[in-house]
Amino acid sequence: MRRVSITVNGEEHELELEPRELLVYVLRERLELTGTNVGCDTSSCGACTVLLDGESVKSCTLLGVQADGHEITTIEGLATNGSLHPVQDAFHDEHGLQCGYCTPGFVMATVSLLRETPNPSEEQIRHALEGNLCRCTGYHNIVRAVQAAAGAVEVSR
Amino acid sequence: MTTVAEEVTLGRIVGTSAERKEDTALLTGLAKYIDDMSLPGMVWMAIVRSPYAHARIQSVDVSGALAHRDVIAAYSGADLADDWQASLPCAWLPTEETHQPNHRPLAVDEARYVGDGIAVVVAASREAAHDAAELVQVDYDPLPVVVDPERALDEGAPLVHEEFGTNNCYTWKLSAGEVDEEFERADVTVKERYRQQRLIPNAIEPRGVLVQPSPATGELTMWSATQIPHIARVTLSMVTGVPEAKLRVIAPDVGGGFGSKLNVYAEEALALALARRLGRPIKWIETRSEGYLATIHGRDVVQEIELAATAAGKIRAVRVRLTTAMGAYLQLVTPGIPLLGAWLYGGAYDIAAYDFECTGVFTNTTPTDAYRGAGRPEATYAIERAVDALARKVGKDPVELRRLNFIREFPATMASGLTVDSGDYDRHLDAALEILGYDELRTRQADRRELGDTTQLGIGFSTYLEMCGLAPSRILGAIRYGAGGWDAATIHFLPTGTVQVLIGTSPHGQSHVTTFSQIVADRLGIGYDEVEILHGDTAVAPLGMDTYGSRSLTVGGIAVYFAADRILEKARRIAAHQLEVDPGALEYENGTFSANGKAMTTKELALQAWTAHNLPDGMEPGLEASYVFDPENFSWPAGTHVAVVEVDTETGAVDLVRYVAVDDVGKVINPMVVDGQVHGGIAQGIGQALFEEAVYDEDGNLVTSSMVNYLVPSAAELPSFELGRTETPSTTNPLGVKGVGETGTIASTAAVMNAVVDALSPYGITDLEMPATPERVWRAIEGAGR
Repeated sequence: MRRVSITVNGEEHELELEPRELLVYVLRERLELTGTNVGCDTSSCGACTVLLDGESVKSCTLLGVQADGHEITTIEGLATNGSLHPVQDAFHDEHGLQCGYCTPGFVMATVSLLRETPNPSEEQIRHALEGNLCRCTGYHNIVRAVQAAAGAVEVSR
Repeated sequence: MTTVAEEVTLGRIVGTSAERKEDTALLTGLAKYIDDMSLPGMVWMAIVRSPYAHARIQSVDVSGALAHRDVIAAYSGADLADDWQASLPCAWLPTEETHQPNHRPLAVDEARYVGDGIAVVVAASREAAHDAAELVQVDYDPLPVVVDPERALDEGAPLVHEEFGTNNCYTWKLSAGEVDEEFERADVTVKERYRQQRLIPNAIEPRGVLVQPSPATGELTMWSATQIPHIARVTLSMVTGVPEAKLRVIAPDVGGGFGSKLNVYAEEALALALARRLGRPIKWIETRSEGYLATIHGRDVVQEIELAATAAGKIRAVRVRLTTAMGAYLQLVTPGIPLLGAWLYGGAYDIAAYDFECTGVFTNTTPTDAYRGAGRPEATYAIERAVDALARKVGKDPVELRRLNFIREFPATMASGLTVDSGDYDRHLDAALEILGYDELRTRQADRRELGDTTQLGIGFSTYLEMCGLAPSRILGAIRYGAGGWDAATIHFLPTGTVQVLIGTSPHGQSHVTTFSQIVADRLGIGYDEVEILHGDTAVAPLGMDTYGSRSLTVGGIAVYFAADRILEKARRIAAHQLEVDPGALEYENGTFSANGKAMTTKELALQAWTAHNLPDGMEPGLEASYVFDPENFSWPAGTHVAVVEVDTETGAVDLVRYVAVDDVGKVINPMVVDGQVHGGIAQGIGQALFEEAVYDEDGNLVTSSMVNYLVPSAAELPSFELGRTETPSTTNPLGVKGVGETGTIASTAAVMNAVVDALSPYGITDLEMPATPERVWRAIEGAGR
């Protein structure tokens, strides 16, 4: 067991972790933040995407102990004062989700994308999100949502 | 055919893109999928699976697992043999002679596919259960393996189930008209052979199950990532012997299904049996790679299709032969899947004679079953590809040939025997051509061909017709499906003016809550946000047939509509009584009954029904109603899909540059939701055409064993879609709606492959195996050049 300190959604947690525990299970099972989903066991689907110090990572590819001293943001930490983040709003407005299972991952990946590239082209969006898989939407409305969010994030700056 | 004549005056919210009620929980991480649930005292289950595709199980030793400090129990298949009252269910045996193997939740004597469950371990944690499963020692004696459905029918092929003496599970036929005569007198015939590769559904949420026992009462509550809580309850009661009345099944938030969760699985039966044995909550969550072995696959069909036509290209007859892999066992509807396409190999075309035969074959592979479209993508693929082949043969443009053959008079009884209620196929074809700019594209294509451009253009059509909305119960009975095709709804109009609707269909992404709220709000004249839709829990809504086959709106939604009608009938009688007028004298509009300047709203009437102070003599208090709707016909969506591809003739890479889809799904309740269904369906069909293939080696190992080597398309592989819509209302339900959940998948595979073949036609290439990978395309070009 190793003692770590991880800040998740602004709250600091002191945890005793087994070295083999993946970050995604630390979030889901120790901190009961079940919004981050697990869709595969090969780091292929991106359902578990979270932000590590503001940048998107697949939380199934990191050990919990690797997050020691870092800041994690999960889907639960995105809304502020009861208002959805502009990216969440955009996914809702553009019907960028159906079953919703991949959605937290897509939303977090989009937040990270727009931080790096505020006004991405459609091609940039499609390539930036290729690490996240969705089986419901055919990505059409996800792309629309990212475009809408790009506009909205711009306005809210 | 009777027609519901009533002109429906919905339209305040129906027909608009009302915002999705489902989204908030899903967008904020507050949804409750199966793996988000835990219970006090809960323990974890893991399955030991066969690494062999076919092997005698000599011995199973669980002592190593039992020695693990966190292990609570471990059992072999033999240990649990007395826990089962029946085989895992197959509800559809197409013929009386169909061979149905006894499918136990854990194999006892023989493993028959890689992934077949051999033993089960229960431990205190997920990790301990997985670790301990590795400690179970199984002694296997490998047996010969067969994975290809055609070779499985060869003389001397290894037998998957020795007791049958054959791998032939069943042969089923459908024939009408003078087929042989039509082929004899045909000017032109076409004979094509296609392979529908095996596919893995890949709902992004893996399967999972959680069972809570109540030892004092014998009740068991099962949460499962399932599309079919009601069917699961009936059948798992039969498998486990838990009395149906003591079994409650709940589908929590479910992360997609596409048919893969339209099943009753070994792990559900095991979790129930172990919870009953151990008296503790049991949880099992599939890993993705485990799911590739243990969750049903789709397709795996060899198709032969022949067309008989006149010299002008008028199709007279269609003859179809299918060899379709069942896999090692029959899951819930495994043998019935080809039958769902059996009437559709004539496509949207007016033909005189029809002959269909399919043979289901056991192979040492994961069982196949329903995957989005189930039988109908296969049918559409075969006829749409064959129609293109015919067009080439008679020297006609594929559009012209399709127009020559369209069904134009409705209702239309097809040669295959079923009746299409309504449609207008020229209209959606015209609309698609206009969006496409067809003539200009053909000019560009000709220019590139002339220049010998290394980027060749291909245009592919699919003018599909499908049948969904499963289904009229009598027809299901006639084709030997084990249950009905009705669905149910109950509406409670509560005294404070809000409404609860209990539905028998079970959503997993399709927006039932949104869509059904729109129908109820309009019908009862109340606010969209005043309607609550409850679903997926057999204790809340005991009657239902669940969600698959694009049936939720066309069957379940109509039950909701008629239940609302019954609410209005009763409300009208209360209003007439209290306003002292004849019920027939009351006008009803948007939630208000009125006559002679007096009026009462449905909300006021709900309160009056609840207080029951002043009801007509003999009337029961309360304002609630149920309806069970059994459709009189299937639903018949149709449309034109067009794919435009660029093929790099030097690398073989196929780039899907445009995709146009014009669908006619009848009246639309929520355009945003319908478009979303179409988008997702298209993407899955494109996946089959260009990317996806489950591959077994000769020893029955699944080579494409994870998401790393089975290519689920990402956003980078797909274009934006250009959608249009035409509308011919269904004449067999009062909303005029048709199904939409599968149309995209049914249509798109053929459109894309027709486009690829069209691009390669200068090389004389007329067919390619799916998926059309760069390697396959490049090899085809190389082969043609020689």
